[in-house]
Amino acid sequence: MLTDITLGQYYPGNSFVHRLDPRTKIIVAFLFIIGTFIATDAITYGMLIGFVALIIGISRLPMSLVVKSIKPLWIILILTLLIHMFTGQGENVIFSWRFLKVTQEGLELGVKMSLRLILLLVVSSILTFTTSPIVLTDGIEALLRPFRSIGVPAHELAMMMTIALRFIPTLLGETDRIMKAQTARGADFNEGNIIKRAKNLLPILIPLFISAFRRADELAVAMEARCYRGGEGRTRMHQLVYKKIDTVAFISTGILLIAIIVVRWGNDLCGLLN
Amino acid sequence: MSIKLENISYTYMQGTPFERNALDDVSVTIEKGEFVAIIGHTGSGKSTLVQHLNGLLKPSTGKAFINDVDLDGKGDEVKKAKHSVGMVFQYPEHQIFAETVYEDIAFGPRNKGFSEEEVEKLVKDAMSFVHLDYEEFAQKSPFNLSGGQMRRVAIAGVVAMAPDYLVLDEPSAGLDPMARDVIFEEIINLYKKRDIGVVLVTHSMEEAVRYANRLLVVSDGKIILDDAPKEIFKNHSQKLLDVSMDIPQVFKLAESLRQKGLTLSEDIIDAKSLVAEIKKQRGIK
Repeated sequence: MLTDITLGQYYPGNSFVHRLDPRTKIIVAFLFIIGTFIATDAITYGMLIGFVALIIGISRLPMSLVVKSIKPLWIILILTLLIHMFTGQGENVIFSWRFLKVTQEGLELGVKMSLRLILLLVVSSILTFTTSPIVLTDGIEALLRPFRSIGVPAHELAMMMTIALRFIPTLLGETDRIMKAQTARGADFNEGNIIKRAKNLLPILIPLFISAFRRADELAVAMEARCYRGGEGRTRMHQLVYKKIDTVAFISTGILLIAIIVVRWGNDLCGLLN
Repeated sequence: MSIKLENISYTYMQGTPFERNALDDVSVTIEKGEFVAIIGHTGSGKSTLVQHLNGLLKPSTGKAFINDVDLDGKGDEVKKAKHSVGMVFQYPEHQIFAETVYEDIAFGPRNKGFSEEEVEKLVKDAMSFVHLDYEEFAQKSPFNLSGGQMRRVAIAGVVAMAPDYLVLDEPSAGLDPMARDVIFEEIINLYKKRDIGVVLVTHSMEEAVRYANRLLVVSDGKIILDDAPKEIFKNHSQKLLDVSMDIPQVFKLAESLRQKGLTLSEDIIDAKSLVAEIKKQRGIK
């Protein structure tokens, strides 16, 4: 069922990771992503995987949930692996059949790329699993605030994101309902060629758009009725405050990043210094 | 001719931390010609229950049959069986999509494979059932109609499929009392004329008593009571209170009047019939 999708769904809890400031979590996730792009060899990837495993461990997220967050992209993962495997250039041919050949270099690159994708996916999933959408957008707004002077509408962007996130489950539920209603009226969504199938989607898409616009309209009226006039002079119920655990998170991520940099460019750096 | 559910259980989001049991070992048979009301609180499982009546949901365990056809199978026979159950969801006007009223009502019958002449006849019939004038409304855009009219278009879209059973999930939600009465009058008409089976999901006891000849009370994913409404109110009022539902005011009033010595017939179902009965007793015209 459509409503079974978990990506971006908050998993309530009270662990170390859950209690971190959203700004910390966003920055840490960002640093980690930089780390995955720097990493090249088994040692650095091992460090990254270890770090993620540690975070999953202390966040007390069930492993099944984490695995499920990778699921939507498994086709892309396998394609990445296969394409790199068969198109990779290199000397050491492990396997060849007619025009297909697999080189060790290609295989390594494929594994690395897939691993990189998985790490990106898992880290961003952990971020959204441990941070409720409202808190997350609070964090984004706070991080964007310094850029307001150069014309970034921080509050408006955050509000738009909050609303968009808020309506994902609503619209999924709505789609599910409309699909069932049209199925009950004899619509078949898996029949015929591509053009026919696209046409079959109209009875879902039209009511869905109408309902999205209706909801947007109602929400706008409700917000204006409560005197919403944008971010100017708004105070908030939950103030974001950096705590000691945030410092701990920053320091450990910093150490990870430095370690990765040292492993990759350590020799060059030594060379430069000498 | 019947819809039969055998030991059906249903779990939402199975295998995730959000797993929730919506139905727990439910068995029920609904015959053609019955008018069944299903009543229960929000989250009691009544909407989940009715979605099993035409195979929209696949039971986690258990079996569902329509006219002895197992809904678990594939093929034209199963499809036909599923199409013999018309389903009107909550706020059915939200599923309207076509440019004209005619096209929207014709969607179901066309999917069912009727010829264009038959479709036209079915649409005309369905529109007259819901009191929408064919000449006036057929070529109008459904999105310019009032809420009550849109709902009637949506219900006509299901009626036009000539179903043997009609399932209605809170068809009166969000309508004013007048529009509500009109909708129910149309449903009753349809029920009497076509001798179909009707399943009405509601949370209003008053509605259930007034229209249904059988009442299913659902609580916590189980059917806890299954009998004629009057019998349930007479014999199981405590059980209703236990699941924080109450018997209609009129029944309470009639009961206390009886205790005060008035002899009232057992056929009182609403304020109107109570007044008529008292007038009869007292010889008032």
